Amino acid sequence: MSKYYLNYLDELESEAIFILREVWAQFQNPVILFSGGKDSILVTHLAKKAFYPSKIPFALMHVDTGHNFPETIDFRDNLIKDLGAQLIVGSVQESIDQGRVAEEKGKNATRNALQITTLLDAIELNKIDCAIGGGRRDEEKARAKERFFSHRDDFGQWDPKNQRPELWNLLNGKHFEGEHFRAFPISNWTEMDVWNYIKRENISIPSLYFAHEREVVWRSNSWIPKSEFLILEEGEEVVKKKVRFRTLGDITITGGIESEADTLEKIAVEVSAMRQTERGNRTDDKRSESAMEDRKRQGYF
Amino acid sequence: MLDNNQLLRFTTAGSVDDGKSTLIGRLLYDSKSIFEDQLEAIENTSKKKGHEGVDLALFTDGLRDEREQGITIDVAYRYFTTPKRKFIIADTPGHIQYTRNMVTGASTANVATILIDARHGVIEQTKRHAFIASLLQIPHVIVCVNKMDLVDFSEDVFNKIVNQFESVSSKMLVKDVRFIPISALHGDNVVNRSENMPWYQGAPMLHTLETMHISSDINKVDARFPVQTILRPQREGFIDYRGYAGRVASGIFRPGDEVTVMPSGFNSKIKTIDTSNGQLEEAHAPMSISITLEDDIDISRGDMIVRSNNKPEATQDLEVMLCWLNNSPAKPRAKYTIKHTTNDQKAMIKEVVYKIDINSLDRINDDDSLNMNDICKVKLRTTKPLMIDSYRENRTTGSIILIDDSTNETVAAGMVV
Repeated sequence: MSKYYLNYLDELESEAIFILREVWAQFQNPVILFSGGKDSILVTHLAKKAFYPSKIPFALMHVDTGHNFPETIDFRDNLIKDLGAQLIVGSVQESIDQGRVAEEKGKNATRNALQITTLLDAIELNKIDCAIGGGRRDEEKARAKERFFSHRDDFGQWDPKNQRPELWNLLNGKHFEGEHFRAFPISNWTEMDVWNYIKRENISIPSLYFAHEREVVWRSNSWIPKSEFLILEEGEEVVKKKVRFRTLGDITITGGIESEADTLEKIAVEVSAMRQTERGNRTDDKRSESAMEDRKRQGYF
Repeated sequence: MLDNNQLLRFTTAGSVDDGKSTLIGRLLYDSKSIFEDQLEAIENTSKKKGHEGVDLALFTDGLRDEREQGITIDVAYRYFTTPKRKFIIADTPGHIQYTRNMVTGASTANVATILIDARHGVIEQTKRHAFIASLLQIPHVIVCVNKMDLVDFSEDVFNKIVNQFESVSSKMLVKDVRFIPISALHGDNVVNRSENMPWYQGAPMLHTLETMHISSDINKVDARFPVQTILRPQREGFIDYRGYAGRVASGIFRPGDEVTVMPSGFNSKIKTIDTSNGQLEEAHAPMSISITLEDDIDISRGDMIVRSNNKPEATQDLEVMLCWLNNSPAKPRAKYTIKHTTNDQKAMIKEVVYKIDINSLDRINDDDSLNMNDICKVKLRTTKPLMIDSYRENRTTGSIILIDDSTNETVAAGMVV
């Protein structure tokens, strides 16, 4: 075999670096949407590589629902310090206090959908013209249609049927005042690719991804962590289990799986044997068949 | 999965009737790339719709409108991995009104798969799909003759279709064509070898995709490096560092190479090739790197670093095969933004040389309107020279898009003749 080819991880890395450099070249004020999850950590790592030896040129923006795992916030603050980057926080609690959004009611209430308003407000307030996200096309069927450069109108909305065609590596980020873009440099990565790459590059990730003892409750087929926001229902019982999380969202909706995987090697082995998608443990996607598409149209990540 | 495994991108074009969605569903299902919760969701939908068993086609449904109408509107990307390769499928609709989506999906593909219904043989749509594969210079084509179960797995039927296809494709530029008789519905020759067609000596589809030789498809001769951005860290240890960041479009670059910066024409030598993992001895497509030069030259985004003894053509007059992508037709003599590598200029469509009837593949000479899905040869004039190669030689430096400044939409895609 010829030596002039890249293996799949190198090719994905090179593609992501290319896209991040295009973002920097085509936009005035781009930021990385940082959730503290592995995908946005990966994007941040790739951005660091793309501009080396320069410092990472993007600020990190966190939409804070107030329903965080404490571990996520610690991780975020340490990473910001290491990178010497700026942190922008959009607070859902503030949006609620200002009356911009109303808290959902009922036993399945979450702050998931409320993030849309906070995110769009923060984009407008900080005059952001491109928000770089860690969305992947393999995650969900609406995301399978996303472009690398995804246009949002001046209301922040996505129009999936009227997207700009994206050919070769010619990315069109032209936009009018008030509109913005979402950029998805790891669109072509799968969950397995992400883990293989994190392992290869030895990227540090929050401890929540590794198996650990935790107080949890069995609900909707997964282990929901005990937190100050959790209201026990009849028949539910808090137990101690060794769990880890495959994705990280709000502490109220992110279910863990029972696992012994406490190293990156063991996680990669476990993920490759998984028979459930990673979002299978996210109650926010289970509301309807087009739950993700509906949220995305309005401006969700 | 082994660390040296390659990535292969392939397109599928077809309509519901061809069994395209069933084929993709079958590939994912038999290669165990489908998760239990996905399968469960699809079993439920199949039951709701009154289908017998699991309708594999449902795996590829995306947007709500598509689910309601039962068609693919846009390009959807699917992923699966085998122990040998990682695959990206660009799944596109097959009808004539979605030519632009097929062109989009084909632009980055290593392999095109073309589906033929064994009962109908080569039809207009087949010709169109073969033409798009040749227009976009997809290096390999796999023709899947599907629904063999409905023609009694007949070798004669298969051979007749192979002959039909070859008589069509001989007039086009498709290089490597392979034919596989399959039944996507029952799984014959998709992942597993068919027991119903012992006369077929070739490999099943997945094995063909896994073993196809693709690393010689990249251009290793013409060294081209479009500059994306300049890295000037201005921090300790890198005070005088000035790196030109970009992705190698083609060819091979090494430190010490004599290079020319276009369009300025300044000559220099490559000092280092850098990545965040350290310096490289050589770089090739599609690596993202940064280059430092021996001399201090004024270089900016849109410039191209090339080997001094092998330069692209710098020209303001281009002949391109254009596919019109937008709802609004082209405006005669209007100016568009033209995007070529990392370079943006203005361009005007000077002349429509001919249009192609993509059903008959005949040339139409007396029609210079450009509507959505039209494919035509045009002459463009740009405000400043572009550094171009022909698309046949170089997919990266031979491709352009046009952007309408009044809407900012990407309205056309072009391949330099």
